[in-house]
Amino acid sequence: MTDANYLNAEYSLRSWFFTTDHKRIAILYFASLILFFFIGGAAATAIRIELATPQADLVSSDMYNRLFTMHGIIMVWFFLIPSIPNTLGNFIVPLMIGARDLAFPRLNLLSWYLFMLGGTVTLFTVLAGGIDTGWTFYTPFSTLYSNSYVAVAVTGVFISGFSSILTGLNFIVTIHRLRAPGLTWYRLPLFIWSLYATSIILVLATPVLAMTLVLIAVERLLGVGIFDPAIGGDPLLFQHLFWFYSHPAVYIMILPGMGVINELISCFSRKAVFGYKFVAWASLAIAAVGFLVWGHHMFVSGQSLLASLVFSFMSFVVAVPSAIKVFNWTATLHKGSIHFDAPMLYALAFIGLFTIGGLTGLFLACLAYDVHATDTYFVVAHFHYIMVGGMVTAYFGGLHYWWPKMTGRLYSEYWARTAAVLIFFGFNLTFFPQFVLGAEGMPRRYHVYPPEFQVWNVLSSGGATILAVAYLLPLFYLGYSLFFGARAPANPWNAPGLEWQTPSPPPEHNFDQQPIVTRPPYQYSPDFKAEPQNA
Amino acid sequence: MPETRAFAPQFVSGRHRDEAAALGMWVFIATEVLLFGALILGYFVYRHLHPAGFAAASSRTDLVIGTANTAILLTSSFAVAWAVEAFSAETRKFCATLLACAIGLGIAFLVLKSFEYRSEYREHLVPGIDFKFDPVHVDGAQLFFLFYFVATGLHALHMMIGIAVLGVMALLINRTPSARHRTALHSAALYWHFVDVVWIFLFALVYLPGRAA
Amino acid sequence: MTNWPPPLHLVGAWLALVALLVLTVSLAHLPLGAFNAAIAMSIGAVKAAIVAAIFMELRHRDATTLIFAGAGLFWLGILLWLGMMDFLTRT
Repeated sequence: MTDANYLNAEYSLRSWFFTTDHKRIAILYFASLILFFFIGGAAATAIRIELATPQADLVSSDMYNRLFTMHGIIMVWFFLIPSIPNTLGNFIVPLMIGARDLAFPRLNLLSWYLFMLGGTVTLFTVLAGGIDTGWTFYTPFSTLYSNSYVAVAVTGVFISGFSSILTGLNFIVTIHRLRAPGLTWYRLPLFIWSLYATSIILVLATPVLAMTLVLIAVERLLGVGIFDPAIGGDPLLFQHLFWFYSHPAVYIMILPGMGVINELISCFSRKAVFGYKFVAWASLAIAAVGFLVWGHHMFVSGQSLLASLVFSFMSFVVAVPSAIKVFNWTATLHKGSIHFDAPMLYALAFIGLFTIGGLTGLFLACLAYDVHATDTYFVVAHFHYIMVGGMVTAYFGGLHYWWPKMTGRLYSEYWARTAAVLIFFGFNLTFFPQFVLGAEGMPRRYHVYPPEFQVWNVLSSGGATILAVAYLLPLFYLGYSLFFGARAPANPWNAPGLEWQTPSPPPEHNFDQQPIVTRPPYQYSPDFKAEPQNA
Repeated sequence: MPETRAFAPQFVSGRHRDEAAALGMWVFIATEVLLFGALILGYFVYRHLHPAGFAAASSRTDLVIGTANTAILLTSSFAVAWAVEAFSAETRKFCATLLACAIGLGIAFLVLKSFEYRSEYREHLVPGIDFKFDPVHVDGAQLFFLFYFVATGLHALHMMIGIAVLGVMALLINRTPSARHRTALHSAALYWHFVDVVWIFLFALVYLPGRAA
Repeated sequence: MTNWPPPLHLVGAWLALVALLVLTVSLAHLPLGAFNAAIAMSIGAVKAAIVAAIFMELRHRDATTLIFAGAGLFWLGILLWLGMMDFLTRT
């Protein structure tokens, strides 16, 4: 029998569904996100099967619209945005900063309930017959013409938005007020910096989305044209409001991933992250400048030329802090003592895939090329490289890295590495052909296409099959480890972070004594020994 | 420890908890600013596109009720700020009375607002329900009234929440004021004042334009 | 029960707010063209600042709280500035 920890403290359902322990809430989120990930993934699977041939064979065009819309809505709002913050973040943030919980534990639980309510409403949309507007809900289609369940889907996203806001608020206050004695800002792990930057975006951008969705619902339900040009409205106002949230939301989806990568790269090259302060401030710079670029989604929409120029320029500027991070990770690897454990494989995959995604983003930030590439598969490939190649890979990396801490079990290293390699190859095979398709002019959101595009589409669908298998694998070997895995020691990676100084899994209140921090993070050295923190 | 379970285990002192609560409340207010901010951008965009329609529509709003309501809300904020200052074990009845005054003023605001909505309904100024306006300005006016109803409606919703929160605070303080209630009262007061600030701007955007003509 | 006299700074703030309300309603009736809107918004901003500084006790708060109080406004500024930029510069 192991010592008392947060998992074996109590077993009743009540002790899970009414818990205020950040670790249990993280597990609740983790279980829910697996569900949403595979629902969103099922839609993607159907899309890739349909696109294996040029003609329509599996679904009608109407059904296809509903498939990619559900795929987008579920993956963006019910998987990517909450993925790292609400599972790994919820679990690790208090442990990393030496706190006994988040600042507002009940708010944290409320956040999960709101998330589940929003998710349920959105899934109800699927049962009721779906929504066909695309995840962007563009007006006037969403308000005047679509006869699908727009109002229901919008309500689901609206509710989940409040869950995001509460999480962001909780993290901000926690990081400001609950750091252990001696844990100054420059001694924080970079994961904390990036989640802090993410939280700022969550708190300041999400309310604008909420209001925008309210306006859509008002226009649909009352039949008045807020965004209807026929009575003097302007659909571009909707796009401005939507992208004011949704572009920064892209950084909500990548910043936490970057945070995880810092931890992995330094741990498995046994070196402090190169240029700590630059990486830390780059997170905040991305959060701030990320708010100034949203108009690059609207270059062909008829916004003013000056606006396009400003947004294009700012989009190039926002690439700078991202590039700083990539260079610093590479420099961290330099002369490091590199260990190719499974989390490191994910981290290296992230760097490659994120770099491709980021660089193709610069193509799209360029006004002239964007006119050619708008609404083609080039855009689809670009943002999948960031969100799936980047964020999902980082999520899996972080999950493997902290799995022993979260569950107290070790997983099979062989299978974990196999899955990491399969994900890397499957992903590239799925999405690299889409760059070619997009450059050749294949538009997104169509379920039929000219036969000359078929080769690339078949490659893509083949890659998607590998990717699907690779994403299913962890379900088995991680699930297996839960019951049959070897017991994990407190610090399996021999890492200096505070979260590794507690037992695995941690006790209910994380630390028996208040830890005191006396040194910067990432103090790896060849003869590293974890310094006792309970001074 | 002065009170048992006065603060949750993640805090080291009651003061620590208060600082966390205050920061949390201000972060929440920043969120609320952006929530109303989306509406305000819409308002400015359409006012820019339809200046005459917005002026004509704005002059149809009820300036008397609007001004009276502004004064009512400012006074209720004053009462709440006073209650925060007066909070102590000896003055708990008085503190609760001040909160009751603020609640009364808040209800008066909502009653006046509902009279205003009723007369606007009778004058066919509600978009979507048989909207009628001078045909020259009908587009701008309809957009104006859309923002008017969404913004003031959302504000009224905030008022209702605020009234409920102040009511709970008044009851708690009337029973036994403790250090925890001071924190909660601070947070409730911040919320109430913020709702007041929103109204100050809505008043300037809704009631004041188009009066000079 | 002891009556607690209202603190002077609160009374002062309340009087200033009501005076500004009277002022802004009166000025709204003067035909000043585009200045009407500017005056209305400026007086609104002053009133909001009084409420924030005195009623909400912002003047006694630490730097972190001030930053977050300012952040909401700053980001509102970004939204209005870049959002309006498109509409103001269309041809």
